[in-house]
Amino acid sequence: MSKDTKGAVVVEGRDIRRDYHVRGGLFTPARTVHAVKGVSFSVEKGKTLAIVGESGCGKSTLARIITLIDPATAGELFIDGRKIDIAAEPLTPEMRRKVQIVFQNPYGSLNPRQKIGDILCEPLVINTDVKADERRERAMSMLKKVGLGTEHYNRYPHMFSGGQRQRIAIARALMLNPSLLVLDEPVSALDLSVQAQVLNLLADLQDEFGLTYIFISHDLSVVRYIADDVLVMYFGEAVEYGSRDAVFSDPQHSYTKTLFAATPRADVESIRARLTRKNAA
Amino acid sequence: MPLLEIRNLTVSFETSTGPFMAVQGIDLSVEPGEVLAIVGESGSGKSVSMLAVMGLLPKTATVRADRMAFDGIDLLSLDPAQRRRIVGKDISMIFQEPIASLNPCFTVGFQIEEVLRFHMGMDRARRRARAIELFTLVGIPEPEQRLGSYPHQMSGGQCQRVMIAMAIACNPKLLIADEPTTALDVTIQKQILDLLMKLQAEHGMGLIMITHNMGVVAETADRVIVQYRGRKMEEADVLSLFENPKSNYTRALLAALPDNAVGDRLPTISDMMFEPAPGAA
Repeated sequence: MSKDTKGAVVVEGRDIRRDYHVRGGLFTPARTVHAVKGVSFSVEKGKTLAIVGESGCGKSTLARIITLIDPATAGELFIDGRKIDIAAEPLTPEMRRKVQIVFQNPYGSLNPRQKIGDILCEPLVINTDVKADERRERAMSMLKKVGLGTEHYNRYPHMFSGGQRQRIAIARALMLNPSLLVLDEPVSALDLSVQAQVLNLLADLQDEFGLTYIFISHDLSVVRYIADDVLVMYFGEAVEYGSRDAVFSDPQHSYTKTLFAATPRADVESIRARLTRKNAA
Repeated sequence: MPLLEIRNLTVSFETSTGPFMAVQGIDLSVEPGEVLAIVGESGSGKSVSMLAVMGLLPKTATVRADRMAFDGIDLLSLDPAQRRRIVGKDISMIFQEPIASLNPCFTVGFQIEEVLRFHMGMDRARRRARAIELFTLVGIPEPEQRLGSYPHQMSGGQCQRVMIAMAIACNPKLLIADEPTTALDVTIQKQILDLLMKLQAEHGMGLIMITHNMGVVAETADRVIVQYRGRKMEEADVLSLFENPKSNYTRALLAALPDNAVGDRLPTISDMMFEPAPGAA
């Protein structure tokens, strides 16, 4: 990682919008759903932007746009300073290599009929012309980097636990050396202790490869731990955007405040306060 | 006399590689009007022990206990017909996936009235009146109209309210909530937890809260049992559990909370030295 790229903006979105057109039926007129209504953000190299919101707020739609899976209806998306519009021109393998995604459900996102080695090599087969023996070598070293072993290369996904599968999904995303990794609720399907291990792994990999993360979550305690900047979405709009400390210490929007108030608190003072209230009642 | 008393409960499943012990010698008791939380990760046997109480385990399961009594009635000696008269009436359960646990073929009104017909023998008019009353109680707007809705027409949070309405329809003495808010957003989770705590206080029900979320424990429980791999690691009142955890496993669980992160790494369970489970050689 050369020094001069530090602080460079890896991904920037300007007023990104996405509408879905729902076709009408016999009795229902056609309508347009505004899933994302003009969201702007930018993330510097090596930083983590967390996108927070409840189900249906448009955070996964935004993730699909950033990952270059779906085009935006309007607005501009820049990756590594280059404007990208996949609706106008087809996505090149070079652009595909820059952005990768890890999905929420490690049970659904790995092909049960592929061996781990094939799962890891597939991005290289599709997007590069790396030879087979080098693909194998790279897959082996990536397995070690995410805390698995080379003996796992020939196994199938059903032989792994949820936490291990999420490691495999992360390994697959890193095979192309991306500069930007979109993590769509990567730990919400995992147990607390496994969640801690995967979060540690993500932190280590970020240091090692200088990765930039877009971390989508609804769990504020995880966001507080991992994020540099926080973007709160509500019904497709960015209602709050700022550094983690600013958002957590002084939330401006009423929805952010509701979100904080609703998050269960696990510290001793809160428990004591609750028990006092209960005994008084 | 405790409402529910279990001594030395063991549940094993017949598998192709020999019996698998899901629960190994759990003792627990719940007093009337008490909130007991059972915490553990997936596979710790927390749901299985409660399904054993309800008699809902599949035929491959073998349930053994020195004593399993509800309200003075020995549950082990009941035949299925006698058990059905208690389950759903005096003990009822709320499951994790609200949409999956309702029958998609019938209106929610039909499903809630079925409970009232079977257990309370109410006539049509009284069933309907009680169903409306219950829907009002759990905070479903426009209850008369909603009785005619099918589960797919309602949101996850609304379906969970329907499940709660069904569970409290016969004024149970004991309510078992198995991960009642895991599938829901934090703001909805807060509403559902507040509702459960309000109903519990008003009706003086015993409540068993099965969860893996330490925040939910902190917000609801009077007493907590921590389970790991089918064994009880610790039992304590909620304040001393958080303030001064006795077992290493509990300490590790609390340390893995992102809220408690010190520096930029989270301690994980494997970092902690592991104590042998009580009773293990």
